[in-house]
Amino acid sequence: MAESAHGVGGLSFDASRRSWPNEVNVFIALVVLIVVFEVLNRLNGGSFLFNMRDNVDAIFNRQRLDIMLLQIAIVGIISIGVTQVIILGGIDLSSGSVVGATAMITMSFAQTAMVNGNPNPKAIFGDWAMDLPVIVPIAVGLACGLVAGLINGMLIAYTRIPPFIATLGMMVSARGVSKWWSNGNPISFPTEAYANLANGDLLGRLTFGLVSWPGQNPAVVFFALAILFQLIMIYTVYGKRCYAIGSNEDAARMSGINVASHKVLVYTIAGMLAAVAAILLTSKNLTAQAGMGVMYELDAIAMAVIGGVSLSGGRGSIVGTVLGAMIFSVIISGFTSIQLDAYYQEMVKGAIIVGAVVLDQYRQRRRAARA
Amino acid sequence: MSDVILRTEGLTKHYGGVHALQDANFELRRGEHVAIMGDNGAGKSTFVRQITGVEQRTSGRIWFDGREVDFAGPLEAREAGIETVFQNLALADDLDVPSNLFLGREKFWLRLGPFSILDRKAMRAATEAALKRTAVKIPNLSNTIRNMSGGQRQCVAIARTATFASKLIIMDEPTAALGVQETAQVENIIRQLKANGEPLILISHNMRQVFDLVDRIVVFRRGRIVANLNKAETSGEDVVSYITGAKTAPEYEGAA
Repeated sequence: MAESAHGVGGLSFDASRRSWPNEVNVFIALVVLIVVFEVLNRLNGGSFLFNMRDNVDAIFNRQRLDIMLLQIAIVGIISIGVTQVIILGGIDLSSGSVVGATAMITMSFAQTAMVNGNPNPKAIFGDWAMDLPVIVPIAVGLACGLVAGLINGMLIAYTRIPPFIATLGMMVSARGVSKWWSNGNPISFPTEAYANLANGDLLGRLTFGLVSWPGQNPAVVFFALAILFQLIMIYTVYGKRCYAIGSNEDAARMSGINVASHKVLVYTIAGMLAAVAAILLTSKNLTAQAGMGVMYELDAIAMAVIGGVSLSGGRGSIVGTVLGAMIFSVIISGFTSIQLDAYYQEMVKGAIIVGAVVLDQYRQRRRAARA
Repeated sequence: MSDVILRTEGLTKHYGGVHALQDANFELRRGEHVAIMGDNGAGKSTFVRQITGVEQRTSGRIWFDGREVDFAGPLEAREAGIETVFQNLALADDLDVPSNLFLGREKFWLRLGPFSILDRKAMRAATEAALKRTAVKIPNLSNTIRNMSGGQRQCVAIARTATFASKLIIMDEPTAALGVQETAQVENIIRQLKANGEPLILISHNMRQVFDLVDRIVVFRRGRIVANLNKAETSGEDVVSYITGAKTAPEYEGAA
């Protein structure tokens, strides 16, 4: 064994060689990206983040912020669950399809009977399912996510098939459910209460209009959930076990951790978070379509990976994923703001995902070489 | 309470037709440090696997801490007080030292089922105390295991076994992968355990280490115990001839 450079027997420790948390790097990248897009916009006489119109009394470009926040929020909520799954050493490819299936099923319990004085043209069920209290579709939605996550988790924990395969199966099957549910027809016209879930102004009412504005409930829910799960990952035994299983599953098992039941729990939570995203998405769009959530699973994984969550498990954080989500959305909005074609956006998006993984591998190797 | 912490009688393990362990009668007293030596495939690790419940024995009986035991798995053995440092260290690389020490038996500040809140302060304090007890020096406890040297990792693994007031510690070649300085560090911990009166079974190929550390040497050959030697009454040459089969102790005559 090579003698380490710092100290006899590798027993002393040089604090200055400790690398700062990865989240700092991600944050710096975020700031750099924002600055770059701001400069590029200024060169064209516009602005990326700031309001340039004299007739509007606002500091920020609220339209763009609204779009960015919504992008971050919906996929970000999924990404919170996906992050936990990846830290656990797994992967969840099913979240996008779970969003689709949950959207369809939930929306059919959120419909209103009369639309502009006529019966709801998109009604799925009879009168009994019309104008139900808003808690019913929410409960139905969460139950959908719970079932999907539970099936994922049980398959992975008890049949021991790779998470990739189990969730791939769920991805295909759940998409099938979303198409079968209404024979591919969209489900529309929710009750007012349901529409208000995403379009209302929850935080605005709580903070007397100081912090947020109408329509940003998804972002409020996203940040609240992100803070909650970041705390859970750090301060509770749940989080500790996610990291332990992700970094050495055998060690976790030998230490007496019930690995199987913990996996079921984590995948179930991931499924339920996908359901929360589906509820907010349908509420925001006032409709559910069988194709909702396509590719969301990959966007969610990309957010986590950009945020420094290691695909080999054991490393990463929700904070990193939130920053990753912001980078993701800044890139998309940034390209739109400088009028770059959507085709290029996708190409660059792919390159950034690969780049983030390459960077992670490089950091890992460098650290291994140093230890 | 009897003086003997661990006793096996006729312990036997067959893997199909392979007789990996035959009729092993073994005894360990409280506070005693015993080395198990033998060539590769002599049955050392097989013997340990039967005691720690990693495998189920073919026949034979085991008494631990005054009562007969039959461990269904390594967890049961650990709960009974047998801690094992495995050759492949059972540590989670991405967790820090206290988290590894308390992996699977965390201290809680508030119990909320799977979302119980950890008592990080208490765990850190207990970690410091445990490291002090085993004389392990780890400068930064919040450093992750990944960033540590092999010696530090081994020290953490050993400190972990010693933290939980175990009744018996088993180490399977704890210094096989370590450098000179790191080996010395691990040996210091073992001496500290001896001073604390904690019994130990040490599997090792290192003659110098064995003679430095233990009270008694048990030699395995071809699945059988062929010698049970007091360190004071034997020599390295002697042990080697038992290991190679040049000699068999009179009381085990007929065994080999």
